[in-house]
Amino acid sequence: MSGDSAASTPGGTGARAERPVGRTSAGSRWGRLLDGGLLHGGVQGSPVLRLFLRWVRRPLLPVMRLWRRNIQLRVVVTTLLMSLGVVLLLGFVVIGQVRNGLLDAKVKASQSQATGGFAAAKQGADEEATVTADAASTTDGRSSQNVIQWMSDLVSSLSSGGQGAFDVVTLPAGDNSGGGRGPRASGGVDPTASIPEELRARINGSMVAAQSYARIVYKDSDKGSQPALVIGKQVNDPNGDPYQLYYLFPLSQEEKSLSLVKGTLATAGLFVVVLLGAIAWLVVRQVVTPVRMAAGVAERLSAGRLQERMKVTGEDDIARLGEAFNKMAQNLQLKIQQLEDLSRMQRRFVSDVSHELRTPLTTVRMAADVIHEAREDFDPVTARSAELLADQLDRFESLLADLLEISRFDAGAAALEAEPIDLREVVHRVVSGAEPLAERKGTRIRVVGDQQPIVAEADARRVERVLRNLVVNAVEHGEGRDVVVKLAAAGGAVAVAVRDYGVGLKPGEATRVFSRFWRADPARARTTGGTGLGLSIALEDARLHGGWLQAWGEPGGGSQFRLTLPRTADEPLRGSPIPLEPKDSRRNRGLDDAGLPSGGEKRATVPVQATGDRMASPRDPIASRPAEATPTADPTALPGNGARVVPRPASGARRQEAVPAVETAGNDSEGSADPEGVGPRDVTQQGEVFRGR
Amino acid sequence: MMSFMKGRVLVVDDDTALAEMLGIVLRGEGFEPSFVADGDKALAAFRETKPDLVLLDLMLPGRDGIEVCRLIRAESGVPIVMLTAKSDTVDVVVGLESGADDYVVKPFKPKELVARIRARLRRSEEPAPEQLAIGDLVIDVAGHSVKRDGQSIALTPLEFDLLVALARKPWQVFTREVLLEQVWGYRHAADTRLVNVHVQRLRSKVEKDPEKPEIVVTVRGVGYKAGPS
Repeated sequence: MSGDSAASTPGGTGARAERPVGRTSAGSRWGRLLDGGLLHGGVQGSPVLRLFLRWVRRPLLPVMRLWRRNIQLRVVVTTLLMSLGVVLLLGFVVIGQVRNGLLDAKVKASQSQATGGFAAAKQGADEEATVTADAASTTDGRSSQNVIQWMSDLVSSLSSGGQGAFDVVTLPAGDNSGGGRGPRASGGVDPTASIPEELRARINGSMVAAQSYARIVYKDSDKGSQPALVIGKQVNDPNGDPYQLYYLFPLSQEEKSLSLVKGTLATAGLFVVVLLGAIAWLVVRQVVTPVRMAAGVAERLSAGRLQERMKVTGEDDIARLGEAFNKMAQNLQLKIQQLEDLSRMQRRFVSDVSHELRTPLTTVRMAADVIHEAREDFDPVTARSAELLADQLDRFESLLADLLEISRFDAGAAALEAEPIDLREVVHRVVSGAEPLAERKGTRIRVVGDQQPIVAEADARRVERVLRNLVVNAVEHGEGRDVVVKLAAAGGAVAVAVRDYGVGLKPGEATRVFSRFWRADPARARTTGGTGLGLSIALEDARLHGGWLQAWGEPGGGSQFRLTLPRTADEPLRGSPIPLEPKDSRRNRGLDDAGLPSGGEKRATVPVQATGDRMASPRDPIASRPAEATPTADPTALPGNGARVVPRPASGARRQEAVPAVETAGNDSEGSADPEGVGPRDVTQQGEVFRGR
Repeated sequence: MMSFMKGRVLVVDDDTALAEMLGIVLRGEGFEPSFVADGDKALAAFRETKPDLVLLDLMLPGRDGIEVCRLIRAESGVPIVMLTAKSDTVDVVVGLESGADDYVVKPFKPKELVARIRARLRRSEEPAPEQLAIGDLVIDVAGHSVKRDGQSIALTPLEFDLLVALARKPWQVFTREVLLEQVWGYRHAADTRLVNVHVQRLRSKVEKDPEKPEIVVTVRGVGYKAGPS
């Protein structure tokens, strides 16, 4: 037997067995693609490949996302692939064994059958030779005629033993086809087509039998072909000439059995794979469902729905997870509620205190006013006391109002009543309200940019409060120099900037000015009527509008506060129509002098020149403060009018000395007032940046 | 000063110190104050004293100020000025909606309070015979009556003043600030919620459909004006 018995299995079956193999390999290739390059994008190799993969990846992206996000899908697919692999391996082994067993039996039976046939043919030939030798007178022609006849008889007699079980074919040995020994076959077999050339060559000239697998081809093309085992041997005819005798054993029965086994296995395998997949799905579901539930509950918890809890059933690990989760949520809720209660209590307390203080304060206030009215009848000491009492009550009152306003913001109780307003009207109201104070300080308030209406959706009350605060602050800090209120509108924003040319802000102060009760210089006595909450409230007001309130300042160079509001409520701010750093800032003027383009919004990063501030201070002798009445904002105004104030002496001499810093005359006048010279080097780091939101 | 009518003022306040102080100030200004400390007794005191104006604290024992305000308003158009410690929108609006004409936030200055009281009492002394028309309403200023198709509509003095102010200049759009000055007597800009609330109250009485006002028309972004007659 030659070794090709297993290798060249009957073609049809082999082809059928290969299909699932092909599918598996394709599947695993996808898996590798998904696992490797496609999923993680780590594609190496030629750009063409990369391009191709990118092209392939695009439609796969949703699938990949699902794959990444869905552990159930991943487990089920993995289980399916692995079980498919196992089933296929098992199937191959089983089919191999079954086939080997079937073929072994068939080959043995066939071999004994063929051996018998060969012996019979040899024996028949010997007998016939004897008979022919007896009839010596026989001519060659007759003898050849006899051989032809004899061979035909032989084929029919040999094949008659196994009708349907096998067929017999004779072929002439070698190329010799003369002497009437043409190909013969039983059962309608096409003799030449059914016997493989290779087998003919093998038994040609050898006296040993040989076998091979082949396909029987029938002369009747309707019958098709079928796999068979071919056993052949070279034998001699009665004349002593060799010819080839083949037995063809059809393997259709075996093939049928094998395909039955394969079918059964494939069906079983398919069932197993599908069932395994289903089982995996169910099992993973058991784990994944609570995990997903936990994720959902956690999301809702973090969204603020603190009463959310997981459903816990049983006592397994999942249930333990749920219990632990719920305990965590419970504790979190408790803590958050405690903190909320605490904070609410605190806010409530501030609010209550403010309210409770109001009734007695009203009585005190009225009493003080009555006394104040009658102070002319008192002796000087009592009269002065009455004055002080009335003044300080004003301060107390505005402090209380500011505290209440801040507590309202803290409690989130502040409501925006926005409607379209013309900011020019508000500015003019504020400016005319601040005129008395400005007159006392010797300050002129100029309004710039009020040619066109500046309309925005805003709460007039709040905007007015913010602007009043800024203007009053600017006047108080302006050291008698001009205060410029600038209006502008651009894009989706409107802005009001209040510029003063007073002490200005030290680096870093631009953000701190908005802190509650912040004082620029604690060493200085607080004599003006600020509460320390004005700018904090203003900032909250700006925030409520979705706007910004920002400050810029340089030591000795004044400051600018800019309120930017969205033109329509609920529209996010992207920029401001007015640069935060004014054009006449020392840095910008320095840039202008140097012929450089001045950067409006540019942030200076040059380190602070502390000398500038220090050298400026000798020019600012602190004069004794005249005992004049503290300027207070309009008492009937709404809360929040308290200006955040660093008192600055405003003596008459100082006022005369002060040069009004008009933008046009700025360079000259400020040059003299700025002995250390100006230049980019001297730029102070301007403060900033406080975003409303 | 002498031209002002010296009126009787009923002070409804539970804080005795404040009430006494209010009394001192009011007497000093020539008013005749009377006092009641309990919300439950406020209405009886009101009927008894027949004041020209009520000063009403919002936080009272017994009936609260809002309730008292409603009860008084139900039977009289007498001016009511609320005293409130809360200036939050909700509190103020609730007070105004319950019928108060004006409010003063504690702590207030005596002058401020007196100015408000005078502003509320002032209107009673300018009866010039005058007939005005606004929409399909006929207003008799001297007779203090508003009629639609002969049917008289009851308005409080403040609502009447508001309507008259609008009707006198039907061509003019009144900003809330202007109305505050003309009707309430505020010198400087104050709370425009007063105007909003009282315009709503007025509309609910004189408009056929308060949702689609025809008498008092809103000019968006500016204020109010009288509807075409």
